[in-house]
Amino acid sequence: MSSLAVQKVPATAGTTGTAQDRPPLRRRISLVPTVTLLIGAIYTLLPVAWVVIASTKSGRELFSTFTFLPGSGFADNIKQLNAYRDGVYWKWMGNSALYAGLGALLSTCVSAFSGYALATYRFRGRETIFNVLLAGVLMPPIILAIPQYLLLAKADLSDSYLSVLLPQILSPYGVYLARIYAAAAVPTDVVEAGRMDGASEWRIFTRVALPMMVPGLVTVFLFQFVAVWNNFLLPYIMLSDDEKFPITLGLYTLLEQGANTPALYTLVITGAFLAVLPLIALFLVVQRFWSLDLLSGAVKS
Amino acid sequence: MPNTKRSRLVACTIAVALGATALAACGSSDSDSKAESGPVSLTYWTWTPGMDKVVDLWNKGPGKKDQITVTVKKQASGDTLVTKILTAHKAKTAPDLVQAEYQALPTLVSNDALADISKQVGDAKSDFAEGVWQQTTLGTDAVYAVPQDIGPMMFYYRADLFKKYGLKVPTTWDEFAETARALKKKAPDKDLTTFSANDSGLFAGLAQQAGAKWWTTSGDKWKVGINDAATKKVADFWGGLVKEGAIDNQPMYTPSWNKALNTGKQIAWVSAVWAPGTLTTAAPDTKGKWAMAPLPQWSAGENVTGSWGGSSTAVTSDSAHKEAAAKFAAWLNTDGTALQALAKESGIYPAATNAQTSGAFATPPAYFSNQSDFYTKAAEIAKTTAPSAWGPNVNVAYTTFNDAFGAAAKNKSDFTAALDKMQDATVADLKKQGFEVAQ
Repeated sequence: MSSLAVQKVPATAGTTGTAQDRPPLRRRISLVPTVTLLIGAIYTLLPVAWVVIASTKSGRELFSTFTFLPGSGFADNIKQLNAYRDGVYWKWMGNSALYAGLGALLSTCVSAFSGYALATYRFRGRETIFNVLLAGVLMPPIILAIPQYLLLAKADLSDSYLSVLLPQILSPYGVYLARIYAAAAVPTDVVEAGRMDGASEWRIFTRVALPMMVPGLVTVFLFQFVAVWNNFLLPYIMLSDDEKFPITLGLYTLLEQGANTPALYTLVITGAFLAVLPLIALFLVVQRFWSLDLLSGAVKS
Repeated sequence: MPNTKRSRLVACTIAVALGATALAACGSSDSDSKAESGPVSLTYWTWTPGMDKVVDLWNKGPGKKDQITVTVKKQASGDTLVTKILTAHKAKTAPDLVQAEYQALPTLVSNDALADISKQVGDAKSDFAEGVWQQTTLGTDAVYAVPQDIGPMMFYYRADLFKKYGLKVPTTWDEFAETARALKKKAPDKDLTTFSANDSGLFAGLAQQAGAKWWTTSGDKWKVGINDAATKKVADFWGGLVKEGAIDNQPMYTPSWNKALNTGKQIAWVSAVWAPGTLTTAAPDTKGKWAMAPLPQWSAGENVTGSWGGSSTAVTSDSAHKEAAAKFAAWLNTDGTALQALAKESGIYPAATNAQTSGAFATPPAYFSNQSDFYTKAAEIAKTTAPSAWGPNVNVAYTTFNDAFGAAAKNKSDFTAALDKMQDATVADLKKQGFEVAQ
């Protein structure tokens, strides 16, 4: 907001002679970003539109009618998806919700604890821990999937719900984000004040720091939720029982059915469409937590 | 055998990660299976749809009597499953039974992931064609799997359009080329077929028909013959047709390919016995207009075909109940009731020879209702399948095929160079894996 205001001042307070040239110039300047954003929006929304429209097509229409012409098979597709292996699709949906929901929640808790601790306490090895975490952010989780499988197999945990949940609980990126956010949003003065008033460290964290960190934690939660919801390789390696599959794996088995069975495109597309809906709903619901100004705090600087 | 980019990506990722952890693999000795007594429960990784219903027959019938219960865990097919099995095998947690494509068997065997079940299933040999059975023995005295389904290759064409353009069904590859050119003359906007550079299985099958042997062993050494004379002949043939524009060069299994089949832009397809299933979804509007014929031959009077697809049931070396697992594998692929159920529930084309003409195959597939002797013909063609020769790194050869031939088909450049690239990459990988390679 403030940067906008600063820009406005010279524009209006400038020489009056150029004021007449300003409006067209302004419009041209705002045209470029608008067009860029529009292109970006089309680029990202077009595939979504394709999925939405393709999910309404019956198998016969899918590849033969015009791409963006809605078909007539939506209800039928849902019915077929429902019937596929006694409704295993909804089980996958439930599994995904469990993995993503519970996993993201636990991961956010861990991130909040460790981020806050790293930001407020000074202790030996703090920077080392933080640097190791930073290295963890750079490490793609895909690389870890196989070692994690070998570890969990030793603990007899492979092919269980825990095998997918456990590795996702610690998210280096989440901890990193929480630390940065806690450092910015929770002023040391406030923590000090809490200590002066005789509050325990736990109380300071839960009653004072946590509410200040909420917007940041919502971000961590959303990131983690989407990451787990879309995760493929980890559950692919960990799970062999398709009753425990998340939706990504389930849809993959519909595609790769072996040589003599054609891929069930209509079911996969309809399934993918339905799988996007919870994510959209989640974003719409959680969005309002973001409206809290990132800079709102307890002390004025 | 649609091998999507995605599955290849996953397979590669896993393979890279596996390599990184190969040193960390824990060593433990194989537990020998003793004589079984008491109830046994087995897990079975398979991608075949409807397999749970077939396995139910076992669990309620012979399995109940022998106290052997099998649980199906449905998987996605393809190279990714091989890597998943190998990963599980590293942790000694592989399931008792796995479904494996024939070309994946050497990879699994060279990683010690499969058990030798020759004692339990050796008698089943007579139920299968020799060339099929040989794929499960890898030319040794051991038996590593029981054949389940096969994919003998055939020539599919639009009977109505062939008539319309006055084309004759080609019996040799020379006639095939002439047919392609004749069609181009009569209808320049149409193609006889396409050479798809993203289906290594198809090319492997065509090379197999020409007599190529890509992997052979001499003593302890592997010999790679991907750029042998037979394969070169096949590559030159298709490369030439693509170059002169007599056929299309677009990949298969894409929406535009489906459209080309459905609208009659492409009027023939070199495929395998499972083609009716693919055509049903790819070209629904042309039902009843197609016909099947044997694959064109390299010289007139010959009678050979290749195979594209097909899989087997194998028992893993991690299984604690190998004997029970082998018993089930033999039942599944040789018992009459089981094979009927497999045909009905899963739509597979059985490897067992007497099942190919049994009840389930008395009538043609719905898509080919106009060709009443579809399965009689198919069974005859299946008998002419040339022997195949797979090695421990088919996946590497296939990946290189996709890259090298993909580029060559797109640029309409020399296919022989692409073949050499495939040969070099395969040999280099074999050496890297520690196999001895004969030059």
